Amino acid sequence: MAEIFVLVDHANGQVRKTTAEMLTIAARLGEPSAVYLGPGAAEAAATLGKFGAGRVYAMDSADLTGYLVVPQAEFLAALVGKLKPGAVLIPSNPAGKEIAARVAVKTGSGLVTDAIDVQPGDGGIETTKSVFAGSYTVKAKVTKGTPIICVKPNSAAPQEKPAAGQVVPVNLTISDAAKTAQITEAKEKQASGRPELTEAAIVVSGGRGTGGDFSPVETFADSLGAAVGASRAAVDAGWYPHTSQVGQTGKQVSPQLYVACGISGAIQHRAGMQTSKTIVAINKDPEAPIFELVDFGVVGDLFTVLPQATEKVQASKG
Amino acid sequence: MNIVVCVKYVPDAQADRGFDEADLTTNRESVDGLLSELDEYAVEEALKIAESGEGAVTVITIGPDQAADAVKKALQMGADKGVHVNDEAIKGSDALATSLILAEAIKKVGMPDLVLTGMASTDGTMGVVPAMLAERLALPQVTYASELTVDGGTVTARRDGDTASETIFGAVPALISVTDQINEPRYPSFKGIMAAKKKPVETWTLADLGIDAGQVGAAGSSTEVISVAKRPPREQGEIVTDEGDGGTKLAEFLAGRKFI
Repeated sequence: MAEIFVLVDHANGQVRKTTAEMLTIAARLGEPSAVYLGPGAAEAAATLGKFGAGRVYAMDSADLTGYLVVPQAEFLAALVGKLKPGAVLIPSNPAGKEIAARVAVKTGSGLVTDAIDVQPGDGGIETTKSVFAGSYTVKAKVTKGTPIICVKPNSAAPQEKPAAGQVVPVNLTISDAAKTAQITEAKEKQASGRPELTEAAIVVSGGRGTGGDFSPVETFADSLGAAVGASRAAVDAGWYPHTSQVGQTGKQVSPQLYVACGISGAIQHRAGMQTSKTIVAINKDPEAPIFELVDFGVVGDLFTVLPQATEKVQASKG
Repeated sequence: MNIVVCVKYVPDAQADRGFDEADLTTNRESVDGLLSELDEYAVEEALKIAESGEGAVTVITIGPDQAADAVKKALQMGADKGVHVNDEAIKGSDALATSLILAEAIKKVGMPDLVLTGMASTDGTMGVVPAMLAERLALPQVTYASELTVDGGTVTARRDGDTASETIFGAVPALISVTDQINEPRYPSFKGIMAAKKKPVETWTLADLGIDAGQVGAAGSSTEVISVAKRPPREQGEIVTDEGDGGTKLAEFLAGRKFI
């Protein structure tokens, strides 16, 4: 069985759920091995082993993490060249996709991004992605080199599959050519205490209809343990940070439940949430296009509907 | 400072986008297209940089005949000249093949001080071509810039991630991709529209770039589409009008679906 690389998605040593999902996918395709860049590999190894990683290739150096993506791509491409894995799975976020892009060029390999499913096929690994604002589903495969596949969050249910999780230190000299875009400062974001937008099972988003007051949206989200998103109109107005934007130019989310509050549902927004399993909307305008998509809709003012709903949710928890 | 902006002609997201049934490529003929909205931010940023000093802004696109519209729009906004790479053999190219063609076209224009791009196209939405171009051209990669300062020989950008907002620093020449947070793209003025008619646009084929047809298109690409399927449209569910009990009804729906 071929080795399948999984580039570990972690925030300062905290292994993200997407990594367990990718290891679960890797186990379908071959023998999962984790690739861990940055500090904290030894601590993460137990978690990685629990989800099937036999080996954890690790390197921790400021040369890797002090520059934008290029050293990481150089490292991964070198490891691919040396160990010839059957495929490489990488988180489908901006940095992950850029690392994948460069590994694909460096190794002469095909690249698929934004995969929502990856399966072993008769003629090679088959990937599934959702395109054109979720209106089409495309299956594709890589025909050259090592399949480089970027996998979106929530693409598999993590399954435990105990393996050794043996840390294998790799020391590679990063070339000067890879160190041309330096990260000179990193301002950590304040943690909201809510789930990560793309990983959350429930997302509650606010738009123009909030008039800038997101408190009923946030309170309702917290009652459900949900992440909070925002439409482009709300972000452009400066009401919510861009990193919370759901839509074509923000995050694409596909939760179990999506609640759109005061969002009209322009194509720009639909591109980011149309593949959600269940969609609910609250909007004053009965003609709002968002209602075309919903499983349940309330025509009304979010400032009265949300607090009432929040109260009922809290009451049901006892 | 000489700047090249790479732009893409994409099917209008408002229209009914789809695929050609014969070869499973994006339908670019029967759906109205336009300059990708996200590329307007790159054109705007290039114009702002050029206006603060000396230099020319060249816009490059790849695509069929209609793709000339994307170049035209950028020229109307104020870019100085355009290049349109148009060759039947390009159809079906994946991101790797596209980045190869763009890299060769940029070399033929003459290596600029800055290569600017949008953060992603609005049709493919992969967001990988900027990194591929930086790799192929061996340029510092300063991508997803939401704020940009070009100062003599250096560039500094703000890149907002999920956990941190980073400052990225590199030397010119560099490749920069910009987000939709960076500026407010201008609308072409009447004067700009008239002036654009006289601006030079060169049309190149693959042969002009020394690229073999087998390196691009469906045959030269490293990925293959197996199938495309239209998602069934969502069926509209129950819509209630709030008469004082909208929140209660919403909670009842969520309870019925086991969310609470």
